[in-house]
Amino acid sequence: MNYFPDEVIEHIFEYVGSHRDRNALSLVCRSWYRIERCTREKVFIGNCYSITPERLIQRFPSLKSLTLKGKPHFADFSLVPHGWGGFVYPWIEALAKGKVGLEELRLKRMVVSDESLELLSRAFPNFKSLVLVSCEEFTTDGLAAIAANCKRLRELDLQENEVDDHKGQWLSCFPDSCTSLVSLNFACLKGEINTGVLERLVARSPNLKSLRLNRSVPLDALQRIVARAPQLVDLGVGSLVHDPAMETFAKLMTTMNKCKSITSLSGFLEVTPRCLTAMYPILPKLTSLNLSYAAGIPGSDLIKLIRHCKKLQRLWIMDSIGDKGLGVVANTCKELQELRVFPSDNIGQHAAVTEKGLVAISMGCPKLHSLLYFCHQMTNAALITVAKNCPNFIRFRLAILDATKPDPDTNQPLDEGFGAIVQSCRRLRRLSLSGQLTDKVFLYIGMYAEQLEMLSIAFAGESDKGMLYVLNGCKKLRKLEIRDCPFGNTALLTDVGKYETMRSLWMSSCEVTVGACKVLAMKMPRLNVEIFNENEPADCEPDDVQKVEKMYLYRTLAGKRKDAPEYVWTL
Amino acid sequence: MDESSRNDDMKLELRLAPPGAEQQQQHWGLINGIRTTTKRDESSVLSLGYFPHATITTKGSPSSTTTSSSQAAALPLHNNADKKVFSPSSANTAVPNTSQKRTAPGPVVGWPPIRSFRKNLANSSSSSKPPPPPPEHHNKDYGGGGGKGMFVKINMDGVPIGRKVDLNAYDSYENLSNAVDQLFRGLLAAQRDSSGGGVNKLQEEEKVITGLLDGSGEYTLVYEDNEGDRMLVGDVPWHMFVSTVKRLRVLKSSELSAFTQLLVLFSVGGKQEKDAT
Repeated sequence: MNYFPDEVIEHIFEYVGSHRDRNALSLVCRSWYRIERCTREKVFIGNCYSITPERLIQRFPSLKSLTLKGKPHFADFSLVPHGWGGFVYPWIEALAKGKVGLEELRLKRMVVSDESLELLSRAFPNFKSLVLVSCEEFTTDGLAAIAANCKRLRELDLQENEVDDHKGQWLSCFPDSCTSLVSLNFACLKGEINTGVLERLVARSPNLKSLRLNRSVPLDALQRIVARAPQLVDLGVGSLVHDPAMETFAKLMTTMNKCKSITSLSGFLEVTPRCLTAMYPILPKLTSLNLSYAAGIPGSDLIKLIRHCKKLQRLWIMDSIGDKGLGVVANTCKELQELRVFPSDNIGQHAAVTEKGLVAISMGCPKLHSLLYFCHQMTNAALITVAKNCPNFIRFRLAILDATKPDPDTNQPLDEGFGAIVQSCRRLRRLSLSGQLTDKVFLYIGMYAEQLEMLSIAFAGESDKGMLYVLNGCKKLRKLEIRDCPFGNTALLTDVGKYETMRSLWMSSCEVTVGACKVLAMKMPRLNVEIFNENEPADCEPDDVQKVEKMYLYRTLAGKRKDAPEYVWTL
Repeated sequence: MDESSRNDDMKLELRLAPPGAEQQQQHWGLINGIRTTTKRDESSVLSLGYFPHATITTKGSPSSTTTSSSQAAALPLHNNADKKVFSPSSANTAVPNTSQKRTAPGPVVGWPPIRSFRKNLANSSSSSKPPPPPPEHHNKDYGGGGGKGMFVKINMDGVPIGRKVDLNAYDSYENLSNAVDQLFRGLLAAQRDSSGGGVNKLQEEEKVITGLLDGSGEYTLVYEDNEGDRMLVGDVPWHMFVSTVKRLRVLKSSELSAFTQLLVLFSVGGKQEKDAT
């Protein structure tokens, strides 16, 4: 390759998109490193504290698209106290200072202030796409700034953020000249919006392909809006509540009938089951359906709906569909690749989904590769069957509502079942365990899960051996998160070098002591070892023998961070 | 060493069909024995209510169970030796079904692992009965432990940057209202002076913000409580307000829905009646 001029190599590199491939290219030789870094436009940073923004900008002068992740995953489940970190402002500030031609910013679990959004909206004239997932701190005022100032905005995608809503004026901030929108998702906003303004915005956005409304958009407005955008591919319905004026309902159905392109449907934050029939015209073409926000739809209505969805590839649904409903899914959705079944709040009703539903799915849907399944119980036999039927799992996440429940048929732990999964699914990259589990399951994981990158463990295992099996065996492990397991100092300290090959390790309510964490921090200067000290006053140093309530460690080239709150000790 | 490596080989033989394996039954005692002798802090675990079967024992379990952790399981693969995997166990574990009665599981933080966003959706959706929020409900305004200050966010219409107020510093709605006036008076005037960005602002001097509580002023003070409902500040007794408030807002009175405006008028009227008696 030395014989090719740089331009040729650059051109070849244009065809290489994925981050991993790009990373691999840059390691080949100096000149490839140089060419790669100068041409790289998209960068993914899985931990915003692993590197400084300045260093990033220095290495990639052509940076156009940045993805950043902040808080540890368990922050999703209230395990990380408020104020931990993940502030995006310093990044935006640095990018602005560095005169980066930023066009796209994707953030997950970060703290995004209105100030940062305002700076973002002013500093990058070519800015096109903002995606915020599980972020917090911003308000609709920040959104107003984005709407008003980003002249080339194509995508504004807000997923499951905590947003302070100052009402719908932000939508009015899109100037009349803004006609470039391709994707607009504000489903997570809680407040009212001005539907007239929204209608006009949609009317002047001929390229709009994806529109996800919040719950404040009523049925009649929905009908008018969709009527103006028959080219939509992805629709998120806000409210679908019974309208006494039946003609509006009939109008909606007619309008839906004209939408020949919709393949993805979601939302239904408020819904009257009867009203779902309005969606029937588009069901046969759907490849993606998300009904997981729609509490209160009876299983029978869900079943009626699913029967029409023969092309479904992705389904997110509530467990009210029941085992029987999953049987219907299995019979109908032969193309299914991803399934998520979420628990409804109706405790006390009969157990909604069990292992039977999962087995049915595995029999009917051979293309299934991603699963998130909340259920009341699971058996080894079922898992073994599932493993045999679906050897292609990439993501397998099982959450039994009673976290340490054994196999109810045999009263045994679920070691064998999960063992079968890892042995059969050679391409497994992500695994979440639950149910009663001994060290045995970790032995299996260490032995068979060669491609495993992320493992989530809760209330499992019996001794340090469990954790050691995993650390020794899973060569590609990147993220390990553990809560409430009897893993202690031996497990933590046996192979300290391992942690530099990983992005991060989370351990909470385990048996690890402060002293051991100090030892680890001392041995590995390129790790940040953070201990959360929520109950003691900040100036009181805990004893070495004291058990650590929460520990989060991650590899970093940025050194100890300066924005940690008082309760975080970086050792 | 040989014994354990042989055991390891046996462990390697994972089969996906009902087994004809010949493993011993006593190993189950091992597992359950391990459970009871584990180093874990049992009391804290049990207090979570999620380990209801921590004391299961089997008949005929060998007393060698206490060597537990170092043995980590010469565990059989398919130890349901002489019966089909699918049928309920009777031979193997000899655990009577009654021992499976569990204590009602108490709420464990973060389990089941559902994003708070999703949990909050369920709480505020009107199409299902919202369950009362559990006491450990994640409230980010209160931070990770303190109790010294009770800071809640407060935002005002027309002022982009929000503030925080410490509710512990006030003992009545009047004091709070005055504080809000002080807090935003200057900011509001500043916003009005700097016209720009297509938002309507009146040109005015810095003026006192009054009438926050009775609907008589240009602005009204409202709040969001722990069930996600929007309430008028002053609706409920002060101590109840303090214990349920999540965030405050200063809204333009004209923006209040007609219903809310009526509410304000009624509550003012109600107060007057009470004063009269």
